Amino acid sequence: MSDATTQLIENLNALATGLFLLTAFGIVATRQARGCLHLFIAQSLLLAASAALLGLHFDSGHLYGVALVNVISKPIIVPWLLRRIAPAEIYTRREIDQVLNIPTALIIALALAIGAYFLGVPLANAVGPGYHGPNVPIGIAGLALGAFTLAVRREAMPLLIGLLAMENGAFLAGISIARDLPILVELAIATDGLIIVFIVGVLVRAVEQHVGTTAVGELASLKEVPAKRLAEEAAP
Amino acid sequence: MSERILFNLLQVVVVMAFAPLVSGVLARLKEMVQSKRGPSIFQPYRDLWKLFHKDEIVSEDSSWIFRFTPYVVFVAPIFVALLIPVLTSYPLFFAFMGDMLGGGFVLALGGFFATLAAVDTANPYGPIGASRTRMVGFLAEPVFMIVFFTVSFVAGSTIPYIVQQKWVTPLANFFAPSHVLLVLAFLMLILAEGGRIPVDNPTGHFELAMIDESKSLEYSGRGFALMKWGGQMKFFVLLCIFLNVLVTPWGLAGEQHLGAVLLAIPLVLLKLFCFVLVLVLIESSLAKLRLFRIAEFLGAAFVTSVAALIAQVFVA
Repeated sequence: MSDATTQLIENLNALATGLFLLTAFGIVATRQARGCLHLFIAQSLLLAASAALLGLHFDSGHLYGVALVNVISKPIIVPWLLRRIAPAEIYTRREIDQVLNIPTALIIALALAIGAYFLGVPLANAVGPGYHGPNVPIGIAGLALGAFTLAVRREAMPLLIGLLAMENGAFLAGISIARDLPILVELAIATDGLIIVFIVGVLVRAVEQHVGTTAVGELASLKEVPAKRLAEEAAP
Repeated sequence: MSERILFNLLQVVVVMAFAPLVSGVLARLKEMVQSKRGPSIFQPYRDLWKLFHKDEIVSEDSSWIFRFTPYVVFVAPIFVALLIPVLTSYPLFFAFMGDMLGGGFVLALGGFFATLAAVDTANPYGPIGASRTRMVGFLAEPVFMIVFFTVSFVAGSTIPYIVQQKWVTPLANFFAPSHVLLVLAFLMLILAEGGRIPVDNPTGHFELAMIDESKSLEYSGRGFALMKWGGQMKFFVLLCIFLNVLVTPWGLAGEQHLGAVLLAIPLVLLKLFCFVLVLVLIESSLAKLRLFRIAEFLGAAFVTSVAALIAQVFVA
């Protein structure tokens, strides 16, 4: 491979990770559940692109496998599962609650992403001199931003997407560190993700049926019925 | 030497001559997307001609600022046109007088005077628009700063002639994450600073919803023509910075003779036309944001620019 091609591939990979970071910010800040889902799909596609480009760079068949598994499981099966399982009402609602307002959440998210750099650089150094590139620090930033999404969102669907975004971040860092993992492991991880979606989807549905809403942030306190009223109901 | 001064002045002439045309094409294309015929693309020239021949009325309660402002608004983009690459890819006579930050400050000076003039008259709509413009302005400021910092970080300079070479030598640099993210952030800035649709509606006639337009409500005749022309030139100059420095530094004259520089004019206009198409697409597919959503829009721009900076740090 010529020098120019190598550099082009490295830059394209860096671009994919840069846009990955942007989508992670987007998942923190988007209002609509539908937009959140679309950003997650874009993020997964960027992850697959990064895996394919790294596969090209290192000439590794496993990474192509990772890319393929990612393209099939996340952008196609996850939205399909969510449409089947989660109540459709989530998609029609326009705005969703957040604990913090959006500019504050974005500033904290920025601080997290910058903090990820200090975690990522020693890690990347520990991998060895053969490694360079932005996958590890941006993967960790993606992980942190996914966790932050879990903290600020109060709606079940974006919470689930935050969980999946965390997984995406870990994956992005993983593909550049452990390039030759058996494909079985990758398949197992991908299935894991789907099972998470399935279980949380069922949970959301149950919550919605019992409580009538999916805004789980409002379920922070137990709804206790005063003893006096109970007694009144018992003896009419 | 004299040739470089000549080319530099030619840049100014191009900016002055073609800025109304870009506005005209943009307005026409937008109308066409909405299935209307729209005014001729030369309508802005006719408007300017008409305004220059009309009487000017100045409120007797206004101060010197009101009378002075149209000249500042008109001259600021001309100054910036001396600094940036409009037609040539090599630095011209005045190029080292100021860098991109300097250009930004000169443009901001025009905006500052326009704001003062809007407050100067007793028109109730002027101060509303002025304070809103300031709000958009101070939210856009950090994005500008981070964009310039990242540019100087990547290219090691803030002189636009040096920056533009950096993105395409080698061509792989074009796809560097910092470059693409910067372009995205700057595009959002242009929408905000140019008063384009997700932030402000340039064709709106409802005074309470105006941001940019209401500052020139009190002007008439020659003063209004200068404000209008200045606004169009500011937009043109912003597009030139965006296209010639940040996105596509191709099509500029590389050789120092008049033929090459004259050939660059249609090429640059073609580039501008392509970008205007993109702008029409954005403007026709998005709705105007509510006032307090603008903070979120520019917050997104800020995050994008910081992401560019982070990506650059991570790659290096």
